[in-house]
Amino acid sequence: MFALFENPRLRGGIHAEEHKSETSPLSIATDFPLPKKLYIPVQQHVGKPAEPVVKVGEKVLKGQLLAYSQGTISAPVHAPTSGVIADVKDFPAPHPSALPIRTVVIESDGKEQWAELIVPEDPFQLEPEEICQRVGAAGVVGLGGAVFPSAVKLSLGRKNKIHTLLINAGECEPYLTCDDRLMQERAEQIVAGIRLMLRGMDAPKALVGIEDNKPEAFAAMQAASQSFANIVVAQVPTRYPMGWDRQMLRYLTGQEIPADGRATDIGVVVHNVATAFAVYQAICLGQPLISRVVTVSGAAVAKPRNVEVPIGTLMSEVLAFCGLEKSKMARLVMGGPMMGDALPIAEVPVVKACNGILALSAADIDEPAVQPCIRCSSCVTACPVGLLPLEMASRIKANQLDSAVDLGLKDCISCGSCSYVCPSNIPLVHYFKFASGELVKRQQAEHKSEQTKRLIEDRNERMERARLEAEAEALRAQEARAARLAAAQQAQQAPAEETV
Amino acid sequence: MYVLSAIVILTSLGLLLGVALGIAAKYLKVESDPLIETIEALMPGSQCGQCGFPGCRPAAEALVSGAAPVTLCPPGGTSLVEQLAKLLGVDVDLSQTQDQEAMVARVSEETCTGCTRCFKVCPTDAIVGAPKQIHAVVADACIGCKKCVEVCPTECLQMHPVEVTLRNWRWPKPLAA
Repeated sequence: MFALFENPRLRGGIHAEEHKSETSPLSIATDFPLPKKLYIPVQQHVGKPAEPVVKVGEKVLKGQLLAYSQGTISAPVHAPTSGVIADVKDFPAPHPSALPIRTVVIESDGKEQWAELIVPEDPFQLEPEEICQRVGAAGVVGLGGAVFPSAVKLSLGRKNKIHTLLINAGECEPYLTCDDRLMQERAEQIVAGIRLMLRGMDAPKALVGIEDNKPEAFAAMQAASQSFANIVVAQVPTRYPMGWDRQMLRYLTGQEIPADGRATDIGVVVHNVATAFAVYQAICLGQPLISRVVTVSGAAVAKPRNVEVPIGTLMSEVLAFCGLEKSKMARLVMGGPMMGDALPIAEVPVVKACNGILALSAADIDEPAVQPCIRCSSCVTACPVGLLPLEMASRIKANQLDSAVDLGLKDCISCGSCSYVCPSNIPLVHYFKFASGELVKRQQAEHKSEQTKRLIEDRNERMERARLEAEAEALRAQEARAARLAAAQQAQQAPAEETV
Repeated sequence: MYVLSAIVILTSLGLLLGVALGIAAKYLKVESDPLIETIEALMPGSQCGQCGFPGCRPAAEALVSGAAPVTLCPPGGTSLVEQLAKLLGVDVDLSQTQDQEAMVARVSEETCTGCTRCFKVCPTDAIVGAPKQIHAVVADACIGCKKCVEVCPTECLQMHPVEVTLRNWRWPKPLAA
């Protein structure tokens, strides 16, 4: 009975098998051999795709700009190594559909020759605008998975009177340990990144939330931030989805973000811990975001490990480095097992969003048959948002999307807790993803139908105008003919008169 | 003199009747059902005639009078069915309705003779071209009405499913248990 009152600041969630111990004790492998070819998609972020500025055959240096950002919400991409641009073409994207995306292909020359890097004398004396500008130019995006351009978030923070910067180091997804290792090994740099972010946003304090299954990372972060009173490192319980920004914020501050609002509405901005490290690299070292730490794990991988790989490396090469046993692999997942995407092929590049590459075996993904809903409401208990997954799914099954929206479909974060606990193995999240996509489709169809109406009206108007003009023209022609006729008659009469 | 009186009589008669008709049109106007207007606004508006009615307005009238089922409009898809059912207060089993696969016309460049017939019939000006030049379809403006396919003398215009890209890819519906 008291369990009810134990943790009023936490709602829903699950505790899945962690599978983190395979990779968490091992240091980040930095000896990944440079691939011969790198495939860099021009869109690795939320917003408009970047526009390539390089030509095929051009020589590029490591860190050189490959494609510049387009519009306010966009991010540039840079060359992960020195070499020659081999191609700019469509190449399969790391996406469940593996559909093609515009990609710059670099043939590396193996020299790893850096472009000229601009390093400020004292990074912590830079103007906030300057910090935002440099972070944007370095192509830093949210590395927690949402890949929102970080500079936009920093500027937004400056405009919105932020009182707290929340650094999300929950890493609640099973298997993934890249943030954990990063904190254990590079805590000093992360703290420098956090201080730069604070300066960039004009925010007074930062709060770092780390799940309590990462005690070493917690200790390292605490030690690194000891001399900075405005950075508080806190532990949060291990319970998926703790890394959901609203869940962590509610736990740590007791504040709740309004359903249709953002964290900035209550004076908080949330950034991922790996993003803080990328900000450090961008400002203090002048290096753009061209590599990242990726957790490679799963039962089909012989040597599971965190690896620092250049962006654009093919996943198949990273898997081979970690000893993939191809025959054992039943599913390839990018990201965590809860929210990650299953990929149909491994010949897709590692992108900024890729925090994990999991090669799962048949035993890992065991898919029992789907059975009818028994209305046990386990999914309702597990839902961190407080929705009714079973009701929503049954509406969607009957194609009643509007009524699913009334039940809160748009608030679903696709965390997968409901699907995880469902005893009937109903693919609940799949229903919600399908429905969300369908809603977007409908919105687009509505937009198109409006455009169509406008086009039809325009055309009808034009046809009417053309008809009127043709009529007027015919009238004029008739008049002209009549006038000519009259003139001719007159001319005929005149000589006649003369002869008389 | 007869001519003059005839002109006066007929002119005044014309004026009088004109004014009378004008007043009648204003005060004795037949109100159309606002529901028909609402429904017409919801319909795709391409007057394609796939429902068996001559256009979207007659279809809307038939819907309101109950002569046609809410599932009559294939281009409208499930979304329209759902909206119509809500407006008209009809129960409908949406689990059986299926959306048509979206199609767009495409010109095959090998066989196009540049005859200009297709872009003259296109209701949305989605086809661009000039005489004796290869024509092209602006896919974003094409509504898949097939009018161009019917007039093309060389069969170079064909309907193709809309190309799936990362931008319009969506999760499929899970297979039912």
